[in-house]
Amino acid sequence: MLDCAIIGGGPAGMTAGLYATRGGLKNVVLFEKGMPGGQITQSSEIENYPGFFEHGKTGMDFMDTWQEQVFHFGLEHRLDEVKQVRKEGDHFVIEIAGGEPVEAKTVVVGTGSTPKRAGFKGEEEFFGKGVSTCATCDGFFYKNKEVAVLGGGDTALEEAHYLSNICSKVYVVHRRDTFRAAPSTVDRVMRTENIELITDTTVEEVVGDAMGVTGIKLKNKKSGEETLLEVPGVFVFVGHDVNNHVLKDGEGNFICDVNEQGQVIVDLSMRTSLEGLFAAGDLRIEAPKQVVCAAGDGAVAALQVISYIQEQA
Amino acid sequence: MAKYVELNSSNFDATIAEGVTMVDFWAPWCGPCRMIAPVVEELAEDFEGKATIAKVNTDEEQDIAVKYGIRSIPSILFFKDGQVVDQMVGAAGKDVFADKLNALL
Repeated sequence: MLDCAIIGGGPAGMTAGLYATRGGLKNVVLFEKGMPGGQITQSSEIENYPGFFEHGKTGMDFMDTWQEQVFHFGLEHRLDEVKQVRKEGDHFVIEIAGGEPVEAKTVVVGTGSTPKRAGFKGEEEFFGKGVSTCATCDGFFYKNKEVAVLGGGDTALEEAHYLSNICSKVYVVHRRDTFRAAPSTVDRVMRTENIELITDTTVEEVVGDAMGVTGIKLKNKKSGEETLLEVPGVFVFVGHDVNNHVLKDGEGNFICDVNEQGQVIVDLSMRTSLEGLFAAGDLRIEAPKQVVCAAGDGAVAALQVISYIQEQA
Repeated sequence: MAKYVELNSSNFDATIAEGVTMVDFWAPWCGPCRMIAPVVEELAEDFEGKATIAKVNTDEEQDIAVKYGIRSIPSILFFKDGQVVDQMVGAAGKDVFADKLNALL
Protein backbone atom coordinates (compact mmCIF):
# COMPACT_ATOMS: atom_id res chain seq x y z
CA MET A 1 0.00 0.00 0.00
CA LEU A 2 1.24 3.46 -0.88
CA ASP A 3 1.93 5.94 1.91
CA CYS A 4 0.62 8.67 -0.32
CA ALA A 5 -0.97 8.87 -3.75
CA ILE A 6 -0.67 12.25 -5.39
CA ILE A 7 -3.10 12.88 -8.23
CA GLY A 8 -2.12 15.51 -10.76
CA GLY A 9 1.36 16.58 -11.86
CA GLY A 10 1.20 20.36 -11.76
CA PRO A 11 3.09 22.59 -9.33
CA ALA A 12 0.88 21.48 -6.38
CA GLY A 13 1.32 17.75 -6.97
CA MET A 14 5.02 18.01 -7.81
CA THR A 15 5.76 20.02 -4.66
CA ALA A 16 3.68 17.64 -2.53
CA GLY A 17 5.76 14.78 -3.92
CA LEU A 18 9.01 16.56 -3.22
CA TYR A 19 8.05 17.35 0.38
CA ALA A 20 6.54 13.92 1.09
CA THR A 21 9.59 12.01 -0.14
CA ARG A 22 12.18 14.37 1.26
CA GLY A 23 10.21 14.21 4.53
CA GLY A 24 10.86 10.48 4.71
CA LEU A 25 7.86 8.77 3.13
CA LYS A 26 8.95 5.80 1.02
CA ASN A 27 6.02 4.84 -1.15
CA VAL A 28 4.81 7.98 -2.82
CA VAL A 29 3.46 7.95 -6.36
CA LEU A 30 2.55 10.89 -8.54
CA PHE A 31 -0.23 9.93 -10.93
CA GLU A 32 -0.07 12.11 -14.02
CA LYS A 33 -1.27 10.93 -17.41
CA GLY A 34 1.48 12.81 -19.25
CA MET A 35 4.70 14.60 -18.56
CA PRO A 36 4.41 16.53 -15.28
CA GLY A 37 4.30 20.34 -15.43
CA GLY A 38 0.66 21.31 -15.43
CA GLN A 39 -1.20 24.21 -16.89
CA ILE A 40 1.63 26.73 -16.43
CA THR A 41 3.50 24.98 -19.27
CA GLN A 42 1.02 26.68 -21.63
CA SER A 43 1.88 30.13 -20.32
CA SER A 44 4.04 32.41 -22.47
CA GLU A 45 5.71 34.05 -19.48
CA ILE A 46 6.26 33.73 -15.76
CA GLU A 47 7.74 36.63 -13.88
CA ASN A 48 6.10 36.39 -10.46
CA TYR A 49 7.71 33.23 -9.08
CA PRO A 50 10.46 34.46 -6.74
CA GLY A 51 13.89 33.14 -7.69
CA PHE A 52 13.04 32.77 -11.37
CA PHE A 53 13.29 36.07 -13.19
CA GLU A 54 14.36 35.48 -16.74
CA HIS A 55 12.47 37.57 -19.25
CA GLY A 56 11.60 35.66 -22.34
CA LYS A 57 11.41 32.31 -20.55
CA THR A 58 8.11 30.47 -20.84
CA GLY A 59 6.10 28.43 -18.37
CA MET A 60 7.53 25.33 -20.02
CA ASP A 61 11.12 26.52 -19.50
CA PHE A 62 10.23 27.19 -15.88
CA MET A 63 8.75 23.76 -15.19
CA ASP A 64 11.76 22.08 -16.83
CA THR A 65 13.79 23.30 -13.87
CA TRP A 66 11.51 21.34 -11.49
CA GLN A 67 11.74 17.88 -13.05
CA GLU A 68 15.03 16.67 -11.63
CA GLN A 69 14.52 18.11 -8.16
CA VAL A 70 11.04 16.81 -7.36
CA PHE A 71 11.93 13.23 -8.30
CA HIS A 72 15.31 13.29 -6.57
CA PHE A 73 14.10 11.93 -3.21
CA GLY A 74 12.29 8.87 -4.47
CA LEU A 75 9.00 10.19 -5.83
CA GLU A 76 7.71 7.83 -8.50
CA HIS A 77 5.79 9.04 -11.54
CA ARG A 78 3.17 6.76 -12.99
CA LEU A 79 1.95 7.65 -16.47
CA ASP A 80 -1.63 6.79 -15.57
CA GLU A 81 -4.92 8.59 -15.66
CA VAL A 82 -6.86 8.34 -12.41
CA LYS A 83 -10.58 7.78 -12.88
CA GLN A 84 -11.81 7.80 -9.30
CA VAL A 85 -10.72 7.96 -5.67
CA ARG A 86 -12.75 6.30 -2.93
CA LYS A 87 -12.26 5.45 0.72
CA GLU A 88 -12.62 1.88 1.95
CA GLY A 89 -12.31 1.59 5.72
CA ASP A 90 -9.16 3.44 6.74
CA HIS A 91 -7.50 3.57 3.33
CA PHE A 92 -8.11 4.80 -0.20
CA VAL A 93 -8.56 2.98 -3.49
CA ILE A 94 -7.38 4.73 -6.65
CA GLU A 95 -9.08 3.56 -9.85
CA ILE A 96 -6.81 3.75 -12.88
CA ALA A 97 -7.90 3.98 -16.53
CA GLY A 98 -7.00 0.65 -18.14
CA GLY A 99 -5.11 -0.60 -15.05
CA GLU A 100 -5.39 -2.30 -11.66
CA PRO A 101 -6.64 -0.23 -8.71
CA VAL A 102 -3.98 1.02 -6.29
CA GLU A 103 -4.37 1.33 -2.51
CA ALA A 104 -3.00 4.25 -0.51
CA LYS A 105 -3.04 5.43 3.10
CA THR A 106 -3.44 9.07 2.08
CA VAL A 107 -4.31 11.01 -1.06
CA VAL A 108 -3.35 14.50 -2.17
CA VAL A 109 -5.53 15.70 -5.05
CA GLY A 110 -4.00 18.43 -7.19
CA THR A 111 -5.89 18.03 -10.45
CA GLY A 112 -6.12 21.76 -11.06
CA SER A 113 -8.44 23.34 -13.55
CA THR A 114 -9.17 23.48 -17.26
CA PRO A 115 -9.74 26.62 -19.36
CA LYS A 116 -13.42 27.41 -19.51
CA ARG A 117 -15.34 27.68 -22.76
CA ALA A 118 -17.02 31.05 -23.25
CA GLY A 119 -20.24 29.51 -24.49
CA PHE A 120 -20.75 31.40 -27.77
CA LYS A 121 -22.35 29.74 -30.78
CA GLY A 122 -19.93 27.67 -32.86
CA GLU A 123 -17.28 27.47 -30.13
CA GLU A 124 -17.32 23.67 -29.85
CA GLU A 125 -17.67 23.14 -33.60
CA PHE A 126 -14.60 25.25 -34.36
CA PHE A 127 -12.50 24.27 -31.34
CA GLY A 128 -9.10 23.36 -32.79
CA LYS A 129 -10.14 24.91 -36.12
CA GLY A 130 -9.60 28.53 -35.18
CA VAL A 131 -10.86 28.55 -31.61
CA SER A 132 -8.04 27.96 -29.14
CA THR A 133 -7.27 28.26 -25.43
CA CYS A 134 -3.47 28.09 -25.83
CA ALA A 135 -1.60 31.00 -27.40
CA THR A 136 1.86 29.45 -27.00
CA CYS A 137 0.63 26.32 -28.79
CA ASP A 138 -1.32 27.85 -31.63
CA GLY A 139 -0.17 31.47 -32.08
CA PHE A 140 2.37 30.18 -34.59
CA PHE A 141 -0.42 29.24 -37.00
CA TYR A 142 -1.48 32.90 -37.18
CA LYS A 143 1.84 34.48 -38.06
CA ASN A 144 1.22 37.94 -39.60
CA LYS A 145 -2.54 37.41 -39.40
CA GLU A 146 -5.14 39.20 -37.31
CA VAL A 147 -6.60 37.38 -34.30
CA ALA A 148 -9.04 38.06 -31.50
CA VAL A 149 -8.53 37.40 -27.79
CA LEU A 150 -11.56 37.04 -25.56
CA GLY A 151 -11.32 37.99 -21.88
CA GLY A 152 -10.09 40.69 -19.52
CA GLY A 153 -8.04 38.93 -16.85
CA ASP A 154 -4.30 38.39 -16.44
CA THR A 155 -4.15 35.40 -18.74
CA ALA A 156 -6.12 37.14 -21.50
CA LEU A 157 -3.92 40.23 -21.52
CA GLU A 158 -0.60 38.40 -21.07
CA GLU A 159 -1.41 36.09 -23.95
CA ALA A 160 -2.70 39.01 -26.06
CA HIS A 161 0.70 40.62 -25.60
CA TYR A 162 2.45 37.38 -26.55
CA LEU A 163 0.31 37.11 -29.70
CA SER A 164 1.05 40.75 -30.64
CA ASN A 165 4.64 39.69 -31.33
CA ILE A 166 3.53 37.03 -33.80
CA CYS A 167 0.32 38.35 -35.32
CA SER A 168 -0.18 41.50 -37.37
CA LYS A 169 -2.98 42.67 -35.07
CA VAL A 170 -4.68 41.47 -31.90
CA TYR A 171 -8.21 42.52 -30.96
CA VAL A 172 -8.99 42.08 -27.27
CA VAL A 173 -12.72 41.62 -26.84
CA HIS A 174 -13.90 42.19 -23.29
CA ARG A 175 -17.43 42.41 -21.89
CA ARG A 176 -16.61 45.24 -19.46
CA ASP A 177 -14.70 48.51 -19.86
CA THR A 178 -12.28 47.77 -17.01
CA PHE A 179 -9.76 44.96 -16.75
CA ARG A 180 -9.13 42.60 -13.82
CA ALA A 181 -5.54 42.01 -14.95
CA ALA A 182 -2.58 43.41 -12.99
CA PRO A 183 -2.05 47.15 -13.68
CA SER A 184 1.43 46.52 -15.14
CA THR A 185 -0.05 44.05 -17.62
CA VAL A 186 -2.87 46.42 -18.59
CA ASP A 187 -0.34 49.23 -19.13
CA ARG A 188 1.83 47.08 -21.34
CA VAL A 189 -1.13 46.03 -23.46
CA MET A 190 -2.32 49.64 -23.78
CA ARG A 191 1.14 50.66 -25.01
CA THR A 192 1.29 47.92 -27.62
CA GLU A 193 0.53 49.44 -31.00
CA ASN A 194 -0.98 46.43 -32.70
CA ILE A 195 -3.39 45.58 -29.88
CA GLU A 196 -6.86 47.10 -30.14
CA LEU A 197 -9.22 46.88 -27.17
CA ILE A 198 -12.89 46.30 -27.93
CA THR A 199 -14.68 46.81 -24.61
CA ASP A 200 -18.28 46.41 -23.43
CA THR A 201 -18.57 43.81 -26.13
CA THR A 202 -19.46 40.13 -26.21
CA VAL A 203 -18.83 37.44 -28.81
CA GLU A 204 -22.17 36.15 -30.06
CA GLU A 205 -21.00 33.61 -32.57
CA VAL A 206 -17.95 32.31 -34.36
CA VAL A 207 -18.41 31.74 -38.08
CA GLY A 208 -16.35 29.80 -40.57
CA ASP A 209 -16.13 27.29 -43.38
CA ALA A 210 -14.69 23.81 -43.89
CA MET A 211 -11.16 25.10 -43.32
CA GLY A 212 -12.04 26.75 -40.02
CA VAL A 213 -12.89 30.08 -38.47
CA THR A 214 -13.33 33.13 -40.72
CA GLY A 215 -14.76 35.64 -38.24
CA ILE A 216 -16.64 36.43 -35.06
CA LYS A 217 -19.92 38.23 -34.58
CA LEU A 218 -19.67 40.88 -31.87
CA LYS A 219 -22.34 42.73 -29.95
CA ASN A 220 -21.79 46.00 -28.14
CA LYS A 221 -23.54 45.72 -24.79
CA LYS A 222 -24.31 49.42 -24.54
CA SER A 223 -25.46 50.29 -28.06
CA GLY A 224 -26.69 46.81 -29.02
CA GLU A 225 -24.83 47.22 -32.32
CA GLU A 226 -23.72 43.97 -33.98
CA THR A 227 -20.60 43.75 -36.13
CA LEU A 228 -18.59 41.04 -37.87
CA LEU A 229 -14.86 40.96 -37.13
CA GLU A 230 -13.04 39.04 -39.83
CA VAL A 231 -10.30 37.02 -38.10
CA PRO A 232 -9.16 33.42 -38.66
CA GLY A 233 -8.36 32.82 -34.98
CA VAL A 234 -10.04 33.40 -31.62
CA PHE A 235 -8.23 32.77 -28.35
CA VAL A 236 -10.53 32.28 -25.38
CA PHE A 237 -9.32 33.14 -21.86
CA VAL A 238 -12.41 33.48 -19.70
CA GLY A 239 -11.45 31.61 -16.54
CA HIS A 240 -11.27 28.00 -15.50
CA ASP A 241 -13.39 25.05 -14.37
CA VAL A 242 -11.95 22.88 -11.60
CA ASN A 243 -11.11 19.27 -12.42
CA ASN A 244 -12.91 17.51 -9.58
CA HIS A 245 -14.30 14.45 -11.34
CA VAL A 246 -11.91 12.01 -9.62
CA LEU A 247 -13.65 12.91 -6.34
CA LYS A 248 -17.08 11.78 -7.53
CA ASP A 249 -18.46 8.38 -6.56
CA GLY A 250 -20.51 6.08 -8.81
CA GLU A 251 -23.68 8.08 -8.14
CA GLY A 252 -22.04 11.41 -8.96
CA ASN A 253 -21.79 12.50 -5.32
CA PHE A 254 -18.56 14.02 -4.07
CA ILE A 255 -16.62 12.02 -1.49
CA CYS A 256 -15.72 15.24 0.33
CA ASP A 257 -17.32 18.66 0.74
CA VAL A 258 -17.18 21.03 -2.23
CA ASN A 259 -18.70 24.48 -2.74
CA GLU A 260 -21.22 25.57 -5.38
CA GLN A 261 -18.51 25.93 -8.01
CA GLY A 262 -17.25 22.42 -7.28
CA GLN A 263 -14.11 23.71 -5.57
CA VAL A 264 -12.91 21.42 -2.80
CA ILE A 265 -13.40 22.83 0.69
CA VAL A 266 -10.17 22.63 2.70
CA ASP A 267 -8.86 24.10 5.94
CA LEU A 268 -5.55 25.94 6.24
CA SER A 269 -3.79 22.56 6.37
CA MET A 270 -5.33 21.51 3.04
CA ARG A 271 -7.43 18.88 4.85
CA THR A 272 -10.72 18.06 3.17
CA SER A 273 -13.80 16.88 5.04
CA LEU A 274 -12.68 13.27 4.46
CA GLU A 275 -9.90 12.11 6.79
CA GLY A 276 -6.66 11.31 4.95
CA LEU A 277 -7.73 13.20 1.81
CA PHE A 278 -6.03 16.50 1.04
CA ALA A 279 -6.51 18.97 -1.81
CA ALA A 280 -3.92 21.43 -3.12
CA GLY A 281 -3.70 24.03 -5.85
CA ASP A 282 -6.29 25.41 -8.23
CA LEU A 283 -9.11 23.00 -7.36
CA ARG A 284 -9.44 24.13 -3.75
CA ILE A 285 -11.66 26.94 -2.49
CA GLU A 286 -10.33 30.47 -2.76
CA ALA A 287 -7.34 29.34 -4.83
CA PRO A 288 -5.38 32.37 -6.07
CA LYS A 289 -4.43 30.32 -9.17
CA GLN A 290 -0.76 31.17 -8.95
CA VAL A 291 2.13 28.71 -9.27
CA VAL A 292 3.72 29.90 -6.04
CA CYS A 293 0.44 29.34 -4.16
CA ALA A 294 -0.14 25.90 -5.67
CA ALA A 295 3.39 24.92 -4.72
CA GLY A 296 2.79 26.22 -1.19
CA ASP A 297 -0.42 24.19 -0.96
CA GLY A 298 1.44 21.08 -2.06
CA ALA A 299 4.06 21.57 0.64
CA VAL A 300 1.41 22.14 3.34
CA ALA A 301 -0.54 19.07 2.25
CA ALA A 302 2.57 16.85 2.24
CA LEU A 303 3.60 17.98 5.72
CA GLN A 304 0.09 17.13 6.93
CA VAL A 305 0.28 13.75 5.21
CA ILE A 306 3.51 12.97 7.06
CA SER A 307 2.07 13.81 10.47
CA TYR A 308 -1.19 12.00 9.68
CA ILE A 309 0.70 8.82 8.86
CA GLN A 310 2.80 9.14 12.02
CA GLU A 311 -0.37 9.53 14.09
CA GLN A 312 -1.98 6.49 12.53
CA ALA A 313 1.07 4.26 13.07
CA MET B 1 12.10 -1.27 -28.45
CA ALA B 2 9.78 0.20 -31.01
CA LYS B 3 9.96 3.91 -31.57
CA TYR B 4 7.60 6.32 -33.24
CA VAL B 5 8.29 7.42 -36.81
CA GLU B 6 9.40 11.00 -37.37
CA LEU B 7 7.54 12.17 -40.47
CA ASN B 8 8.57 14.74 -43.06
CA SER B 9 7.53 15.65 -46.59
CA SER B 10 9.53 12.79 -48.09
CA ASN B 11 8.15 9.91 -46.01
CA PHE B 12 4.69 11.12 -44.97
CA ASP B 13 2.55 9.78 -47.81
CA ALA B 14 4.28 6.42 -47.92
CA THR B 15 3.94 5.97 -44.16
CA ILE B 16 0.21 6.63 -43.96
CA ALA B 17 -0.62 4.80 -47.20
CA GLU B 18 -1.29 1.39 -45.66
CA GLY B 19 -2.72 0.17 -42.40
CA VAL B 20 -3.53 2.22 -39.32
CA THR B 21 -1.36 5.23 -38.48
CA MET B 22 -1.65 7.70 -35.62
CA VAL B 23 0.04 11.03 -36.37
CA ASP B 24 0.77 13.49 -33.56
CA PHE B 25 1.18 17.04 -34.92
CA TRP B 26 3.31 18.87 -32.36
CA ALA B 27 5.89 21.62 -31.89
CA PRO B 28 8.70 22.16 -29.38
CA TRP B 29 7.11 25.22 -27.74
CA CYS B 30 3.77 23.55 -27.04
CA GLY B 31 3.19 22.50 -23.41
CA PRO B 32 0.38 19.99 -23.99
CA CYS B 33 2.42 18.45 -26.86
CA ARG B 34 5.30 17.89 -24.49
CA MET B 35 2.89 16.47 -21.95
CA ILE B 36 1.72 13.70 -24.27
CA ALA B 37 5.22 12.95 -25.63
CA PRO B 38 5.87 10.06 -23.17
CA VAL B 39 2.40 8.68 -23.94
CA VAL B 40 3.17 8.63 -27.67
CA GLU B 41 6.43 6.79 -26.96
CA GLU B 42 4.61 4.13 -24.96
CA LEU B 43 1.97 3.74 -27.66
CA ALA B 44 4.73 3.09 -30.21
CA GLU B 45 5.82 0.11 -28.10
CA ASP B 46 2.33 -1.14 -27.26
CA PHE B 47 1.19 -1.09 -30.89
CA GLU B 48 4.37 -2.43 -32.46
CA GLY B 49 3.45 -4.54 -35.49
CA LYS B 50 -0.20 -3.48 -35.29
CA ALA B 51 -0.29 0.25 -36.02
CA THR B 52 2.24 2.93 -36.94
CA ILE B 53 2.75 5.68 -34.40
CA ALA B 54 4.20 8.85 -35.93
CA LYS B 55 4.93 12.49 -35.20
CA VAL B 56 5.11 15.62 -37.34
CA ASN B 57 7.04 18.61 -36.06
CA THR B 58 4.79 21.36 -37.41
CA ASP B 59 7.54 23.93 -36.96
CA GLU B 60 9.72 22.13 -39.51
CA GLU B 61 7.02 20.58 -41.69
CA GLN B 62 4.62 23.44 -42.22
CA ASP B 63 3.42 22.17 -45.60
CA ILE B 64 2.07 18.97 -44.05
CA ALA B 65 0.36 20.96 -41.30
CA VAL B 66 -1.25 23.25 -43.86
CA LYS B 67 -2.35 20.32 -46.03
CA TYR B 68 -4.24 18.78 -43.11
CA GLY B 69 -5.63 22.10 -41.86
CA ILE B 70 -3.81 21.97 -38.53
CA ARG B 71 -4.60 25.11 -36.50
CA SER B 72 -4.22 23.76 -32.98
CA ILE B 73 -1.62 21.49 -31.49
CA PRO B 74 -1.40 18.85 -30.36
CA SER B 75 -3.71 17.58 -33.11
CA ILE B 76 -3.79 13.82 -33.44
CA LEU B 77 -4.96 12.39 -36.76
CA PHE B 78 -5.79 8.73 -37.29
CA PHE B 79 -5.31 7.36 -40.79
CA LYS B 80 -6.50 4.10 -42.28
CA ASP B 81 -5.03 3.17 -45.66
CA GLY B 82 -4.19 6.78 -46.41
CA GLN B 83 -7.48 8.37 -45.34
CA VAL B 84 -8.13 10.47 -42.22
CA VAL B 85 -10.74 8.50 -40.29
CA ASP B 86 -10.62 10.16 -36.87
CA GLN B 87 -8.97 13.11 -35.19
CA MET B 88 -8.72 14.89 -31.88
CA VAL B 89 -7.27 18.10 -30.48
CA GLY B 90 -5.49 18.49 -27.16
CA ALA B 91 -3.81 16.31 -24.58
CA ALA B 92 -5.43 13.11 -23.35
CA GLY B 93 -4.56 9.95 -21.45
CA LYS B 94 -3.01 6.89 -23.07
CA ASP B 95 -6.21 4.84 -22.94
CA VAL B 96 -8.04 7.46 -25.04
CA PHE B 97 -5.50 7.10 -27.88
CA ALA B 98 -5.35 3.33 -27.45
CA ASP B 99 -9.14 3.03 -27.68
CA LYS B 100 -9.19 5.02 -30.92
CA LEU B 101 -6.42 2.89 -32.40
CA ASN B 102 -8.05 -0.38 -31.33
CA ALA B 103 -11.33 0.72 -32.90
CA LEU B 104 -9.54 0.99 -36.27
CA LEU B 105 -7.63 -2.31 -36.11
